[in-house]
Amino acid sequence: MSLILSRRRLIRAGVASAGGLLLPGCDRLFENPTFRGTLESAEDLHRATQRALGRDALAREYREADMSPQFRANGSREVADPAYRQHLAQGFANWSLRVDGLVERPIAVPLHALRDLPQRAQITRHDCVEGWSAIARWQGPRLALLLDMARPRPEARYLVFHCADLYHGKPYYESIDLVDAFHPQTILAWAMNGKPLEEAHGAPLRLRVERQLGYKHAKFVARIEAVASPQGIHGGRGGYWEDNGDYAWYAGI
Amino acid sequence: MTEPGAPSAPVGGDLVRRHRLPTRLWHWVNAVTLLVMLMSGLMIFNAHPRLYWGDYGANFDHAWLKIGSARTGAGEQGYLELAGRRWDTTGMLGLWTDADGRVQRRAVPYWATIPSNYSLAIGRIWHLAFAWVLALGLLFYLAWSLLSRHLQRDIHIRSAEWRPSHLWHDIREHARLRFPTGAAALRYSVLQKLAYAAVLFVLLPGMILTGLAMSPGTDAWAPLIGEIFGGRQSARSVHFLCAFGLVAFFLVHILMVVLAGPLNELRSIVTGWYRLPKERGE
Repeated sequence: MSLILSRRRLIRAGVASAGGLLLPGCDRLFENPTFRGTLESAEDLHRATQRALGRDALAREYREADMSPQFRANGSREVADPAYRQHLAQGFANWSLRVDGLVERPIAVPLHALRDLPQRAQITRHDCVEGWSAIARWQGPRLALLLDMARPRPEARYLVFHCADLYHGKPYYESIDLVDAFHPQTILAWAMNGKPLEEAHGAPLRLRVERQLGYKHAKFVARIEAVASPQGIHGGRGGYWEDNGDYAWYAGI
Repeated sequence: MTEPGAPSAPVGGDLVRRHRLPTRLWHWVNAVTLLVMLMSGLMIFNAHPRLYWGDYGANFDHAWLKIGSARTGAGEQGYLELAGRRWDTTGMLGLWTDADGRVQRRAVPYWATIPSNYSLAIGRIWHLAFAWVLALGLLFYLAWSLLSRHLQRDIHIRSAEWRPSHLWHDIREHARLRFPTGAAALRYSVLQKLAYAAVLFVLLPGMILTGLAMSPGTDAWAPLIGEIFGGRQSARSVHFLCAFGLVAFFLVHILMVVLAGPLNELRSIVTGWYRLPKERGE
């Protein structure tokens, strides 16, 4: 009995000391800027590899029968902003999307005009960074159509999506580069599963940037700004989660 | 069946070359990489500790494996749910106390994750960087093993070894802890070959392929990978099953090293030199 107890104690001491040395070791190693920077540079490798092997590849599209019975809403499910609430109450009849920044012709496009543009509908899989997936049908004009109207200037490299919601008190936003912006499956979805977007899913407009994880798919999009660099916008890392949670800007993996 | 170039007919007690440099190098790089991959992977699992089959899978859908915590009368328990059955895992999974004595409700406890405090983003940074080391390491090692004929010579299972009587004999010898001695210890037994082949050709490629299948960017240009596994969530499930397979291999591997003579085994995987066990009855 005492032998078992002491052995158990020994094992516990072993686990504790392994935990005591190894784990904080990894945590401490990660605090070293060079080490962390090296690990984080894998993000560039991911982007370069995926662009080299499938720059124009299309995300898989599914049949109606493959769709999730219920689509989980994530992030902000409602927007507190009074102006937004008024638009919501009016069915976004007087709402319009602004496209500005480094463009030749800043535009404001009412929601009904977005609905009147040529539409693309796609049944795609939404992959959350947490690991879950849900499949739904999204519909809206291609982002490229709006960019053709606003005409980004040559120095424009990124598009920043400013959202109407605050998440934990800070404005949500995201950004993508022009490769993803002009991708045929990148759309501004105003409809989901055949109905206008619900508030929980980002009404009136949600960016669909298939081939990237869920947090890139900005909801409640109110304004698209063409910029040369995400620096200077909010935390400067190109998105809410990039600024506030160490998440990678390139979310294709 | 001694290696070409090896001194003729080595006997028990002889010091022989066992593992070549690429094998030793890969072994240790892999040991560190797999530990980092496992622990950072468990952190990522903590973000959504449920596994599904098929293409989609989220909270509303049926999970075949789930770890969580629930109120039970006055108390609370951590649990693991598998195929509809629920086990109490309080203190281990779902509900546990961290190093500072605080109660946590994440699936996997702090001592098994990188980083030790919950951060999906930092877990991903570790995991997705070391994934390159794992994948490129395996690629180079398999290429070297093929070109140097390591696979053909040491891992290839010959038809005689597939015979049920031979397999059964090797299982009995292992169960009785009678390991090969003398010149016979120069080559792997059929169970060893099967274990190493499973790691090299099933578990490690399985980890890497299912990992790639989960990447939405990769899924766009290589959709076949995800389809082979039956969809993204199936690939995610297989990813964890392969990880458990590697953990099981690790446990048996360590047990065997300890039973076979840890110092001699350790020397051979560090320096390459291995002392052949003395023939029994000497």
